[in-house]
Amino acid sequence: MRLVVQAAPFDLGAEANDFAAGLRGAGAVVTFTGLVRDNGGALSAMEIEHYPGMTERAIGKIMDQARDRWALTDALVIHRFGRLLAREPIMMVATAAAHRADAFAAAEFLMDYLKSRAPFWKKEIGADGPSWVAARDEDEEALKRW
Amino acid sequence: MIDVLYFAWVRERIGLPRERIETSAPTVRDLIAELTAREERYELAFADLESLRVALDQELSSFDAPLAGVREVAFFPPMTGG
Repeated sequence: MRLVVQAAPFDLGAEANDFAAGLRGAGAVVTFTGLVRDNGGALSAMEIEHYPGMTERAIGKIMDQARDRWALTDALVIHRFGRLLAREPIMMVATAAAHRADAFAAAEFLMDYLKSRAPFWKKEIGADGPSWVAARDEDEEALKRW
Repeated sequence: MIDVLYFAWVRERIGLPRERIETSAPTVRDLIAELTAREERYELAFADLESLRVALDQELSSFDAPLAGVREVAFFPPMTGG
């Protein structure tokens, strides 16, 4: 299991390949990548603030829970902070398991928890100036299914 | 002494990312009452507790949680990761 919290961009393909290459005993890999939406050209950048220390703790805990619940061979979470341009990758999750059901479920679980339990705050920089992204009720609601 | 941290619009309203506070507030709610009594910018930041979250020593907590033994309190809006 690997967790990376960084300002620098990452190469989605290279990360996915490295993740898959290091696996032993896996038959399925699921990856999810979140991108900065450009909102039809209205959004130029996003600033992501986080809580150093708590971020690693909170995500580490979520990853431990995923490993306890599903038969995972491995898991990877990369999440960026700082200033990101439209269409850049914000974060990625990769899960590996012997069979796809565990890999899919764990990836969804990780994403649902990262949304509302990892201490990141997004600010969109658009034509009308900056505005903080509000948390959505659906994201909080999504945790109930787990 | 307790370290108090602010993130996102809470930080912007208060105008600083962290400060060290001498307090004997027994709970988070009491600490908020102390802060809001100080200056208007705190009142603005803490006007609606429904839209705020609190972490004690980097663990999500509640406004009624006791502060005894806590070293770091953080206030922030609901998280928007992912």
